[in-house]
Amino acid sequence: MIEFCGIELEHQVINASGCFDVLAARQVFGEALVERFPFAAYVSKTVTLAPRAGNPPPRLWESAGGMLNSIGLPNPGIDAYLEHHLGEYSKLAVPLITNVMGSSEGEFAALVERVDERAEVAAIELNVSCPNVATGLDIGADPRGLADLLRVVRPLTRKPLIVKLTPNTVDVAACAAAAETGGADAVSLINTLRAMALAPRGGGRPWLGGRTGGLSGPAIRAVALAQVASVAARVAIPVVGMGGVSSGADAAELLEVGARLVAVGSESFRDPAAGSRITAELTAHFAESAA
Amino acid sequence: MTTPFGRRIAAVLSRRLVGRYVVLGIGDPDAAVEPGQFYMLAAVAGWGGGGDQRPYLPRAVSVLYARHGEVGFLLEDVGPGTHRLCELQLGEEVYLVGPLGQGFTPPQADREAILVGGGVGIPPLAMFQERWGGRAVVGFRSAQHADAASLFRDPAIATDDGSAGHQGHVTDLLDSLLEDGEDIAVFACGPPAMLQAVQSRVARHHVPAQLALEAPMACGFGACFGCVVETVSGYKRVCVDGPVFDAAVLV
Repeated sequence: MIEFCGIELEHQVINASGCFDVLAARQVFGEALVERFPFAAYVSKTVTLAPRAGNPPPRLWESAGGMLNSIGLPNPGIDAYLEHHLGEYSKLAVPLITNVMGSSEGEFAALVERVDERAEVAAIELNVSCPNVATGLDIGADPRGLADLLRVVRPLTRKPLIVKLTPNTVDVAACAAAAETGGADAVSLINTLRAMALAPRGGGRPWLGGRTGGLSGPAIRAVALAQVASVAARVAIPVVGMGGVSSGADAAELLEVGARLVAVGSESFRDPAAGSRITAELTAHFAESAA
Repeated sequence: MTTPFGRRIAAVLSRRLVGRYVVLGIGDPDAAVEPGQFYMLAAVAGWGGGGDQRPYLPRAVSVLYARHGEVGFLLEDVGPGTHRLCELQLGEEVYLVGPLGQGFTPPQADREAILVGGGVGIPPLAMFQERWGGRAVVGFRSAQHADAASLFRDPAIATDDGSAGHQGHVTDLLDSLLEDGEDIAVFACGPPAMLQAVQSRVARHHVPAQLALEAPMACGFGACFGCVVETVSGYKRVCVDGPVFDAAVLV
C-alpha cells in the first residue's frame, strides 16, 4: 500500500486526467474494466462549471514519438458530472480524484465547493493550464497567480488539493513552491507541452482545429524527467510525475527523481490496460534492483 | 458483446495481394464481429522509427471478414502506419484491440440494400454483403485498384480513369439506382467526398442510409475524444458512437 495525501492506494500508478474515460471504456470492455481496473486511483477528465463541446476537429496529429491533441476539454459541466458521472465512477474499487478547471478564481471556488460536498471524491485536482479571463495569463504559469488561487480555494475544502502544473512556464519549481506555500497537498506534472502542426501542403495553415495543441508521448519524457526532478527537489509535498511514460522503467525513473506516484497518459491510448502492465513492470524492476 | 479488455498479441496467419491492396488475416479465435466494426492495429516490432519517427499510435482498420479464427483487413500503404502493416509477413506479431465501434444495423426485409463503396473503404460493405446480401456499387481510381471488387458478388464498378467499368464516380451508378429504386436503403463507406455526395443524394431521394466514417484516432475506445464528427446533436466520437452513423444525423 502507498500513502498519498492520506489516501491509501494499492500501487503507485494512476491515470493522467483526460486520458481515460471510464464511462466509454465500461461500455466497450464491460465488467472486465471494473474487475481489472488498471490504475490505483481514477482521475476524471477536466470538469468545468458550464458544459463544453470541445474544439472543432481535427483534434489529433501524430508527431515524432508522440502526438498533439487539441481536444478542448469537452465535458458535461459540473451539474451533470455530479448527477450522472460520479455515481458511475464510484463503482470502481479505487479512490476518485476529480479534476476541475475554471477561468477565474471565482469559477475555481464554485467548482471546489460543489465537489467538496461529495463523499465519493477522495481528492480534487486543479487544472491550472488555462488563461485567467481577467489577466489573459495562464493561471498556473505564474507563481503569484497560483498563490492567489490557493488563497481563495484552500479554505473551501478539507479534501486534498492537487495542483496540476503546466510545463509551459519559465520556472516550474517556483510554481510548485507557490502551490505548496498556498496549502496544496500535492502537485502533479507535466501537462502537455504547447505545440503546433501544419496542414500538409496547407501553406502554413495549422492542422488542428484549435490551432495549437498539447504534445504528449515518449517525445516529452525527457522534459518530464527534468521538470519532476526540479519540482521534487524544491517542495516537500508529494509529486505525481507524468509525461511520456510507456514502461515500468520509464515510471521508475520518475520515482527515482522524487515522484511519489506516476501517471500514465497517452500510453493508455495504445494499450487500454497499459496501467496494469506498467505497474507489473515497475514491481519487477524494483525486485530486480533489490536483488 | 463486449470487447476483450486490453491489447492482445496475435500473429499474421495469411497475407495476399488484391489489386493495389494487401489483405491481412490475423488470428483472433473468439472474434464476434459485426459488419462496420474495426480494430486498432499496430505491429509489435518496428512500430516507430519510420519516416519522421512514426508511427506512434495504432491504426483503426475496419474488418473485411471474420471466420475460422481469423480476422481479415484490407490495407493500402498511404503513410508510415499502413506502410508497416502492409509489409507484415506470415507469423509476424500484431497488437490488437477490438472489435470496436457500432457496426451497420441490418437492412429491413422490405428494402433492397445498396452497398456503395470507395477504394480502401470497401471492407465493411464486403462483410455486409456476405452476412446480409445486397447489391454492390464500388468505385476505384484505376483498374489495378478495382481488382479489389472481386471481394464482392456481382459488383458494378466505376473507375476515375475508365480503365475498368464505368468512367466516373461511383455516385453516377448510385444515381441510376436511386432514380429507379423505390424500396432501397443505402449503406456506404469510402472517402469523405464520396460520403458527402452519397449523403446529399439520399437526402434528396428520401432514402434511408447508413454511412461508415473514418477519422484519425488515438485510442479507438472513447478515451481521447480525438475522432469527433459533427452531428445534429453535437460532436460524437466516431470510435464509440460510430463508425456507422445514420446519414440524417451527420451535419
